[in-house]
Amino acid sequence: MDILQIVLTESFWAASLRIATPLIFGVLGALICERAGVLNLGIEGIFVAGAMSGWMAVWLGAGLWGGVLVAALAGGLFGLVHAILTVPLGLSQHVSGLGVTLFATSVSYFAYRTALPNVSSPPRIEPFRPLDVPVLSDLPFLGPVLFQQTALTWLALLMVVLVWYVLNRTPLGVAIKAVGDNPSSVDAQGLSVYGLRIGAIVAGSALMALGGAFLTMSAFDAFFFGMINGRGWICIALVIFANWRPGKALIGALLFGAFDALQVRLQTEVGALVPSQVFLMMPYILSIIALVIAARGADYPRALLQPWFKGQR
Amino acid sequence: MASEKVLSLNGLSKRFGSIVANKDVNLSLHRGEVLALLGENGAGKTTLMNMLFGHYLPDEGSVEVADEGGTLQPLPLGQPQAAIAAGVGMVHQHFTLAENLNALDNIVLGSEDLRAFRRNRAAARGKISDIMKRSGLTAPLDVPVGRLSVGERQRVEILKALYRDVRILVLDEPTAVLTPQEADTLFENIGAMARDGLSVIFISHKLREVLAFSHRIAVLRHGVNVGEIATADADERTIARMMVGADTERAERSAMEPGAPVLSLRDIRVPGRSERDTLDIPELEVRSHEIVGIAGVSGNGQAALAGVISGTVQPQSGTIAIGGDAVRECSPTTMIHLGVGRIPEDRHHDGIVGSMSVAENMVIERLDDQEVQKNGLLRREAIARNAERLAEAYDVRGPGIQAPARLLSGGNIQKLILARVFEEAPKLILANQPTRGLDMGAAAEVARRLLDARSRGAGIILISEDLDEVLGLADRILVIHDGKLGAAHARDRETIGLMMAGEMA
Repeated sequence: MDILQIVLTESFWAASLRIATPLIFGVLGALICERAGVLNLGIEGIFVAGAMSGWMAVWLGAGLWGGVLVAALAGGLFGLVHAILTVPLGLSQHVSGLGVTLFATSVSYFAYRTALPNVSSPPRIEPFRPLDVPVLSDLPFLGPVLFQQTALTWLALLMVVLVWYVLNRTPLGVAIKAVGDNPSSVDAQGLSVYGLRIGAIVAGSALMALGGAFLTMSAFDAFFFGMINGRGWICIALVIFANWRPGKALIGALLFGAFDALQVRLQTEVGALVPSQVFLMMPYILSIIALVIAARGADYPRALLQPWFKGQR
Repeated sequence: MASEKVLSLNGLSKRFGSIVANKDVNLSLHRGEVLALLGENGAGKTTLMNMLFGHYLPDEGSVEVADEGGTLQPLPLGQPQAAIAAGVGMVHQHFTLAENLNALDNIVLGSEDLRAFRRNRAAARGKISDIMKRSGLTAPLDVPVGRLSVGERQRVEILKALYRDVRILVLDEPTAVLTPQEADTLFENIGAMARDGLSVIFISHKLREVLAFSHRIAVLRHGVNVGEIATADADERTIARMMVGADTERAERSAMEPGAPVLSLRDIRVPGRSERDTLDIPELEVRSHEIVGIAGVSGNGQAALAGVISGTVQPQSGTIAIGGDAVRECSPTTMIHLGVGRIPEDRHHDGIVGSMSVAENMVIERLDDQEVQKNGLLRREAIARNAERLAEAYDVRGPGIQAPARLLSGGNIQKLILARVFEEAPKLILANQPTRGLDMGAAAEVARRLLDARSRGAGIILISEDLDEVLGLADRILVIHDGKLGAAHARDRETIGLMMAGEMA
């Protein structure tokens, strides 16, 4: 079976979209933060927090959507920490973000161990099931690819449209883009720079946490240490690839998902000849190449990484 | 002019640490009046206006603004939102525009409800085009502001204020970046709006436009309102005396015979993105004892020309000679060694290393000099002694020679650069916009130093957008337009202004 044959199967595309789902949430979240002018390197830890808290809420009996809500709240809370440190206090966004990642990861592991002190493998929950849409699910090709995904994948796709709409069609979106380009423009028009930035970071972080929640509540059915495995960092790169645009963010996430799905399949094909690590590297190498190409024309939000203080211009 | 009072600043004071920016300032404004606010750099003009607009909270004092009925109401301080609601609009010296958004979005920003899920762009567009018709200020609405010209951005800034139905408009150095013609048009529009009842306060350094377009002049000195005068009773001399507190001497340009060529450019070509911004100079010669003024609107090839002379831009073709020596390798080091002194256009960005000390910045162009270093180690004491001497001789004031250079004010940064350049007694001096943004005292100092260098025998190339400066200093005037140089047909504002606009080649 050659690559072409792999790429033509339904299961390959279904897997690509499934793998892309947490990245879609993550890229959208990072994109909102950066559009407002703040880099959020807390993303990796916020993924962990979302994965852990959502899953644990379900395990404690909150129901699946209850779990999603808890994950979003947890993400928003860690986002708020990052927001307070970087916006009114104006601390280094890199340092604060990495700190939030370490903090959120440790708190999540700590909560897990406190709740389940003596287990060797985590308890399973009943995860989201693929939605069965009458008629559509039975379509050839499109049916399995699109209409046998879980509700969270649908939510991710809906979020792409929603974030695009908010950024491009609402007064709030205009203000967010303005505050990421020149905070003084927002201040001079009587809007709150701090309010907009803090709000964007909290909302973006909540979205990131949903990416983590997808992993424990849809892709798998339990929380494991190390399961996020760099997905957050991939999102940071994908934002640049996407040139801070939601539509391109979707394409970037799908592309990465496709590379990942491809490498798993290639491994089973020629795994005997080539060490499996080579295939594991593939999506990352390809995303670096894609980034190098895309980053040349990147339109960085002008005020990204720059703290702004009232009365100082 | 109606005499109804629309604004009253009562005893405003503001301190930043130990520095008193404003002290007990009283100022009033009437309906339909255009008030010019004058003062040297650091006199507290911008601080005063920022207190009015709520960017700064005054330590003492109050502000009253007339409501729509014309009754004075106290304005809540420290809140831009309140100032906007009271009908006060401010156009900042540094544009407050989001460059990734178009003009429409920039203008409407902040007046829409952020919770709304839809925007009514058609209504906004209608209102803006009404304002454009009434005010005569136009700008493209659908292009990202980052792609607009400086003049267009300025108009967008003013439209932003007018969109909020301002009754009082504050303009902080509105013409600093405009051509003479653009500036005149702007003031004509402002005059028309004032006749319709708008009250305007503008800050400016340019006495000519203050005298031509204001009704009344208020002068601040060291944060204190030192006097007001009706424009009809004022002339340049009286205003200058009020601003500085003493008569300023105008540097006199004595007649002088030019000597040997110090700069010769032949067939220089620097390609730009299009034919328009391609620099193309068949021949340019600057001789010793001569100041050659290059007038022109910025963006017409001045940057490329300055780059070639300072060694940062490699021309595609052509030859350069400094003091008779052909330049083989185009680099800043070569140019410095050949005796080119450079006063860059963007003094904060290209003129100093802001995080390094004043003393270090003073020797930064001669780090291979034995006085500055020995065996690769800096001679810190010699550098400090040098800096103390220069700070004294060139009157560089600030928090001290070991303080980071970025803490100096614009005028003092320029003096630091002058000290560095003139101490080397360069053969050729490239002065690019040397007085932009400087107050009268500092500008006069720059002019005097340039004339001194000319007497000493240096050749000077003076690139400036300020026609009065070129007319006052240059022995010979060239006009740059679309990357081509032409000798001025006549030595008067009108002819040169037309040539700057490309109307007369």
